[in-house]
Amino acid sequence: MGLHAAGPDDELQARRRQVWACLDGVMDPELDESVTELNFVTKADVDANNRVHIGFRLPTYWCAANFSFLMADDMRKAVGALPWVEGVEVVLGEHMYADKINAGLAKGLSFQDTFGEEADGGVEEVRRTFLVKAFQRRQSALLSHLLAAGHLSETLIAMTIRELETVPLDAEGAKLVRRYLDRRGVMGPLRPDARAFVTAEGAKLNSETLSRYLSSIRRVGINAEFNGALCRGLLAARFDLDTPLKTRSRTVEESTSP
Amino acid sequence: MYRTADGEEIFVIDGHTHFWDASPANQKNIHGKQFIECFYAYHSNLSPPSEKWPLEKFEKYDAKTMYNDLFVAGYDDMAILQPTYLGDFYKNGFNTTERNSAMKKSHPDRFILNGAFDPRDGNKGLEHLHELAEKHKIKGVKLYTAEWRGESKGYKLTDKDSYLFLEVAQKLGVKNVHVHKGPTIIPLNLDAFDVADVDDVATSFQDLNFIVEHCGLPRLDDFCWIATQETNVYGGLAVALPFIHSRPGYFGHVISELLFWLGPDKLLFGSDYGIWTPKWLIDKFMAYEIPEAESKETGSVLTLETKKKILGLNAARLYGVDVEAQKQKIRAAGGYDHLAASAQAAE
Repeated sequence: MGLHAAGPDDELQARRRQVWACLDGVMDPELDESVTELNFVTKADVDANNRVHIGFRLPTYWCAANFSFLMADDMRKAVGALPWVEGVEVVLGEHMYADKINAGLAKGLSFQDTFGEEADGGVEEVRRTFLVKAFQRRQSALLSHLLAAGHLSETLIAMTIRELETVPLDAEGAKLVRRYLDRRGVMGPLRPDARAFVTAEGAKLNSETLSRYLSSIRRVGINAEFNGALCRGLLAARFDLDTPLKTRSRTVEESTSP
Repeated sequence: MYRTADGEEIFVIDGHTHFWDASPANQKNIHGKQFIECFYAYHSNLSPPSEKWPLEKFEKYDAKTMYNDLFVAGYDDMAILQPTYLGDFYKNGFNTTERNSAMKKSHPDRFILNGAFDPRDGNKGLEHLHELAEKHKIKGVKLYTAEWRGESKGYKLTDKDSYLFLEVAQKLGVKNVHVHKGPTIIPLNLDAFDVADVDDVATSFQDLNFIVEHCGLPRLDDFCWIATQETNVYGGLAVALPFIHSRPGYFGHVISELLFWLGPDKLLFGSDYGIWTPKWLIDKFMAYEIPEAESKETGSVLTLETKKKILGLNAARLYGVDVEAQKQKIRAAGGYDHLAASAQAAE
């Protein structure tokens, strides 16, 4: 890269990157994977007035309304939190509830207000259910990794969050720790001296029954992986996935990362 | 009939088949178009390329094609016809008991005709259920809980009216309730795929068997839990099985978990025809072994005995099919003639 001063184009590129980075952090609640990784996002433009226009699509016309809305709402909130953003428009395409969801999003309505009588409350309960599943899935992956790396059950069940953060690990292990700690907060505040590993009920683990516990939460992970595979396949069967914008954004990221 | 390399005969009951008409002429609206296109995406995504059909054939196939795919090219000995009405999406319905019954009439020894009910139909629906039991002697129903009905976008098995229908089904000896969860149950804020209502009715209706189609996918984890608690909950393998081709590793995960939690007596093979065809599914399934790492974790093994149960014996038990007697009937009617012909050709 040259030494010229940052011009308006560079700034626009930087803003776009920030938008994509925000979207990278928005998860499909059911699959616990990022909406960008899943190829759901088709468009993320920044216009001259610093308004962001996001388009997205889903693997089927029938994907559940609650999850569809949650993802759209999460995208809107994540991108809206960028200090320079003046407005966010999120548009869902080719979905049984596209019109309703898009109208609700445009007016900034809640899920309940978007669907009126078709909903009998918010989506917080279902969101919580799937955050807990994500917590279990990430925990199962991390614990299996740590056990395979030779850590003892006794050590792991007693480990604090602070200790977990400083365990020397390979890149894969470090990523699993990061992902796990991102969801550890679902089970209560992230105090450094709190136990790193607890059950979904908040109880501590038992070293003697750890392997049985792991097989029971393993199903959650299998389920999500299975659904992820299915959703990717259905999306690919439904749409041409060579979305130019996505590809371009990846190139931009790669070419500018240190 | 599937024959192993050693010449052993394996009796196959295909637990989930359809004879649908989703042709544009029968589509009522965009939902009808999107419904079949969604099925087609499952078909194209999970079938081996050689087994992929053009969309036109997929939208509507004739009775002869179906017979051939199931019983001649495929290894099915019998197939259960599961209706799905979708009257809001298709002018004459998608795959009705009436349409299926013509199929059953042409090949009485080959098909098991199931009915359907919808608790939102009230008294008329109850009358229809009585009629199905009398006229067709049905032993099973398929329930599609996410079916749209005007303003209503589905129902739960725990609804008061569902209980009423299940009581009648139990009284009429309609013992096998195939439950298919779909995405649009009201209220929309809750998880439409939630299988907890199956748990509830399985406890309340001990004389009924609940076969949860595609094992509760996408809620496999919750399904395993319920099926472990309830002795009368079964898993239908449609949708899970086709992964055996595109993602055999995932299939290994899934089948070993299912065997671990449910055991070999509670799983039923189903091709979900015309989404998939039985030939390739059964060829791959018979050749499949659970990867060692997986077996080590769960202790699950797919023995020949287990495969036989999944492919036919479990469904035979649920539907009161005497396998040997049925084979005789089919043989006497010339249903296995093609096997003799192909054996001769091989010599």
